[in-house]
Amino acid sequence: MAESLLRVDRLVRRFGGIIATDNVSLDVAAGELHAIIGPNGAGKTTLISQLTGHLEPHSGSVSLAGRDITYLPAHRRCALGLARSFQITSLLLDFTAADNVALAAQAHAGTSFRFFANARKEKGLRDAAHAALDRVGLAHRADVLVSRLSHGERRQIELAVALASKPKLLLLDEPMAGLGVTESQRMVQLLQELRKEVSIVLVEHDMPAVFALADRISVLVYGRVIASGDPAAIRANEDVKRAYLGEAHVVTHHG
Amino acid sequence: MKSFTVSKAVTALMLAGLVLLPLYSQLSGNIFILTLFTRIVILALAAASLNLIMGFGGMMSFGHAAYLGIGGYAVGMLAQEGVGSGFIQFPVALAASATYALVIGALSLRTRGVYFIMITLAFAQMAYYVASGLARYGGDDGLTVYKRSDFSGLINLSNRTQFYYLCLACLFGVVFLIWRIANSRFGLVLQGLRSNEQRMQAIGFPSKRYQLVCFVISGMMCGLAGALLANNTDFVSPAVMYWTRSGDLMVMVILGGMGTLFGPVIGAVVYLLLEEFLSQLTEYWALIMGPMLLLIVLFGRGGIMGLLGRLNRG
Repeated sequence: MAESLLRVDRLVRRFGGIIATDNVSLDVAAGELHAIIGPNGAGKTTLISQLTGHLEPHSGSVSLAGRDITYLPAHRRCALGLARSFQITSLLLDFTAADNVALAAQAHAGTSFRFFANARKEKGLRDAAHAALDRVGLAHRADVLVSRLSHGERRQIELAVALASKPKLLLLDEPMAGLGVTESQRMVQLLQELRKEVSIVLVEHDMPAVFALADRISVLVYGRVIASGDPAAIRANEDVKRAYLGEAHVVTHHG
Repeated sequence: MKSFTVSKAVTALMLAGLVLLPLYSQLSGNIFILTLFTRIVILALAAASLNLIMGFGGMMSFGHAAYLGIGGYAVGMLAQEGVGSGFIQFPVALAASATYALVIGALSLRTRGVYFIMITLAFAQMAYYVASGLARYGGDDGLTVYKRSDFSGLINLSNRTQFYYLCLACLFGVVFLIWRIANSRFGLVLQGLRSNEQRMQAIGFPSKRYQLVCFVISGMMCGLAGALLANNTDFVSPAVMYWTRSGDLMVMVILGGMGTLFGPVIGAVVYLLLEEFLSQLTEYWALIMGPMLLLIVLFGRGGIMGLLGRLNRG
């Protein structure tokens, strides 16, 4: 594989006596879709928070395209090409879909200390927003207030917002959460498309989706990476089966 | 917001009324109404500036009257020291307001919610006590402005009609600016932060920088209102900064419709007219005013603008 886009090196984060992230090392190559799975409480969200800059690690480092970003604030990481979606949908509810996405484009297109010209008439931003909405199949909903969109549509808008910032790396925190069967399938299709353009770190509970999509999978248990490899290797891994004891069929019978 | 013809009509009517008021005053010989409306227009300007941070920025500042005082004292103190030129007094008023806003904003914006309300209130009260302590400039008793700002023949502030139109032009100018800002890149970021700060940070906006700049712009606008107010009353005292004054401004904004362009102007007109006429009827006017405000806030979510908007949809 090519040089790594995201490198996580011996990351440690404690909460009191609990080690939520225990010496985690990961590599995500450019163009790769890397999934992170693990039982509830494995520390997936803690790990993601340290990647996005919402939580500082106690030791170890995170670097993006060779640049150390361990202690950069969230908005600086975003400027360097790291975009995220939230596990719980987090959008501007009183804005239209297009405005939500256009703002993400605006964040990466020059200064926002412009006080006079109408931003909704900036063609570049509008085009970028419509392209991103089109990408997730929601172009026809552009002018609808987000508060009037369905849960599934909001999950798609989350993706469009992340895409509009033209990221190098997308961090997707459970994009299938709360989606119905058809909506999930559409999301998997969408991710199949997106992965051709951008590297993705996917945290997800939906095992069929993970095994269908991932180039590599890292399994997190009690804050530690117990296995990392391609889907076939993970499926055959004894430690992983033990970690998912009782739901072993989840990793063996799908894909 | 696309089909609110009723509120559009009311707004247009009000604006036309404001423009034609001096004519009415002249024809009817009612000078008092012009004086009253000069004050209303100035406070509408202050309310509009508060609406920029409160309505569009989502920052509940409870110390906005401080800028009325700062702008006023800039005019009063300079006049006292023999600097009568408005070309110096007004820029100084704006600069002083901006400086105060920058410092107070930088400190206050570290907090959120109730704490933000309390800290802005605390700073305004500090400004109040500082002004009370200025023995050279009248202290508690306030400072009389013996000569209005001199714009070297360009406009005469002692002429009632000219002064009224100056205030009205300032109000329209500020509302126009707020309209441009609200739809600009900066304004969208600001309203995005009001809606969901975490999301805005995640897409790459450092939130505090934008909020602080908004705080400063709003403070300068209100400082302008303060400078006009001192000219209107020929007097400035610590009382203009008292926390109940900040409360009045908040009520005007909420009454008219927070986050709407002309809401605060309508709010100021209605609030001050009510105050004026109810206080003529009875000395217990607050007993009538209070429940009226309560009803409007309870049933007219979005204030008067919200009510008018709903009339439309039937």
